[in-house]
Amino acid sequence: MNMRLTGLIRKEFLQIIRDPSSIAIAFLMPLILLLLFGYGVSLDSEHIPLGLVVEAPSADTSNFTAEFRESRYFETFAYANTRNAVRAMTAGKINAVIVLKQDFARQLRQPDGAPIQLILNGVDENTARIISGYVDGSFQNWLEHDAALRGIRSEIPVRIEQRIWFNSELRSRNFLVPGLIAVIMTLIGALLTALVMAREWERGTMEALLVTPVSMNEVILGKLIPYFLLGMGGLALSVAMALWLFEVPLRGSLWILLAASALFLITALGMGLLISSVAKNQFVAGQIAIIGTFLPAFILSGFIFDINSMPKIVQAITHVIAARYYVAILQTLFLAGDEWQVILPNAAALVLLAALFLGLTWRNTRKRLE
Amino acid sequence: MWKRILALTIKEFLSLLKDRKGRLVLVVPPLIQLLVFGYAATFELKQVPYAIYSEDRGNVSRDLLAAFRGSSSFNLVAQLQDESRIAPLIEDKQVLMVLRIGPNFSADLLSGKTTQVQIITDGRNSNTAMLVVNYAGSIVKDFSGAWAARRGSAMPAHIETRAWFNPNLESRWFFVPGIVGLLTLLVTMLVTALSVAREREQGTFDQLLVTPMSPVEILIGKALPGFLIGILEATLVTLAAVFWFKVPFLGSIATLYVGIFLFLLSAVGVGLMISSIAVTQQQGLLGAFFFMVPAIILSGFATPIRNMPAIVQDLTLINPMRYFLVVLRGVFLQGTPFRLLIPELWPLALIGIASLAIAGWLFRNRMY
Repeated sequence: MNMRLTGLIRKEFLQIIRDPSSIAIAFLMPLILLLLFGYGVSLDSEHIPLGLVVEAPSADTSNFTAEFRESRYFETFAYANTRNAVRAMTAGKINAVIVLKQDFARQLRQPDGAPIQLILNGVDENTARIISGYVDGSFQNWLEHDAALRGIRSEIPVRIEQRIWFNSELRSRNFLVPGLIAVIMTLIGALLTALVMAREWERGTMEALLVTPVSMNEVILGKLIPYFLLGMGGLALSVAMALWLFEVPLRGSLWILLAASALFLITALGMGLLISSVAKNQFVAGQIAIIGTFLPAFILSGFIFDINSMPKIVQAITHVIAARYYVAILQTLFLAGDEWQVILPNAAALVLLAALFLGLTWRNTRKRLE
Repeated sequence: MWKRILALTIKEFLSLLKDRKGRLVLVVPPLIQLLVFGYAATFELKQVPYAIYSEDRGNVSRDLLAAFRGSSSFNLVAQLQDESRIAPLIEDKQVLMVLRIGPNFSADLLSGKTTQVQIITDGRNSNTAMLVVNYAGSIVKDFSGAWAARRGSAMPAHIETRAWFNPNLESRWFFVPGIVGLLTLLVTMLVTALSVAREREQGTFDQLLVTPMSPVEILIGKALPGFLIGILEATLVTLAAVFWFKVPFLGSIATLYVGIFLFLLSAVGVGLMISSIAVTQQQGLLGAFFFMVPAIILSGFATPIRNMPAIVQDLTLINPMRYFLVVLRGVFLQGTPFRLLIPELWPLALIGIASLAIAGWLFRNRMY
């Protein structure tokens, strides 16, 4: 390694140590984000407040409501009539209402069967769907208990046996935490580098660099190497938290995880450098980094939202989002294992994108002033 | 006094809008986000790739398989002949679900016995897995009910489900009103968080402090641009939500603007707080970021606050986004009257006044 490069790297490290905000991005940010997501975000609904309206209480209705009162998914609240229950639902006190009409007991076991009304608050449609599923589950239990009580065989012709692979308890943390590592690495790689390059331009220190004998390649490498190391430090912290604090299983190999992460980090750094070669002030660079890298990593990477369900044109866009490939690798490595069929194509895509971003940066950054 | 504030406000606008990139940044990114969020953020599943592994020799399973084929939620990728093919298909992410029908399916049903089908899903994304199980489950249940009815053994009861405020359970109706809040927060924070930091970095803030302007005047002059841009942003996104995404707007416009006004008090207040602590623009930007990410995640924007641990739920009480989202969704989808939203509006006002007061205090007491 030549002296000019080591000098630049040394200077960058000093700057990192002296300005706490870079350290904050690399270490505090993963910490905060992981804690927030690990503890704050959960798609596992339990104790959903559910309103019960029983217009004519009887032994049958109390058998039925017992199924919901005892379920760990629901916390039940009784209302005298549907009007009150719906008002409580509008005010957000409960998420759904089950109504057993006046003639529930009479219609029960008639050929048409008794209608049970389920009113959902559809505003949060995901929760509404989940509640509908839980209500159905409790309803099936009741059917069986009711049949057993009357000493007859259950009337359900087809039973469903569900097997959920890789995450049998359906802990949402197990997929959120690995996905989040991709978001964090994007932030460290792209946002940080975009800002530090833009800062050099804004403060005029880039001009000072331009008149020195350093080549542009050395300037780029001088930025890449320190922030690569910083990013890997952030990764180590994130992985340690995932494994020991959130107890996410790591079923694949740690070495492949590190290699894939290094690859992704280079891609992210490439994006950051590319942004800063276009935007030479921090405000614009920061904006582009957030819009162009952070949000896509969040929304278009399959981290939370299923890519297959997006409109075709949005699906096409996701192909240039590096985080998409990294999320696929991470979720597979953590939950499934070393599935080469998933890892290799995604890693190949990352290599291509890294080459693209770094190539464009190299073309865009010349030693010249505007 | 007002003349001085006006002059400062005009200067703020000029420094924001003076260059082309600065102007673009205020208009283009929010637009892109609106489109991307509006179209991509959905928990609805469409065309879930799945495979069938049926060992059944009878005819009854055909009706069940036809029901799956007829559903727009599922997309048949493969029909397996061999059990060993199941695992690789799921592991390689080629399918999200395998529907497995045992050898005695038809025989069991015809002889009146209870039989079962197996639904195997990829749990790497547990929310998607749960939805897949729900979707598939409802198809199987419909089939099961129809079969029971045909054999004359009707169910003793059945569930009639209705979803209020969003009868077709459209994901977009849930997310788009939230995006109004998200983008308003984002743009307002970026404008205000950098406003003082930029002057600090360039050294012009000291000059501002020695002018005849009082700290309150500086505060108002710095707050007004963020405020006006925030109102403009909220109006634009609301219009797009109603006319482009066709999200129903049932409530009153006045209630909405009371909510926006009170929310902007907090957004501007927090932005200025961050800005007056920050010494450089990078710190300002980071500060804004460090505030915005938790504010969005802990607001109920994508996942319900009720699912969070109790201590985190308490923490959300100081989050202005939390209240604003309830107002937005209430006004858009439920047509909630002003009276029912008062429990959300007064905390917003309180947070807004408190944060502006702290920002004003920081102006006076933090000098570098």
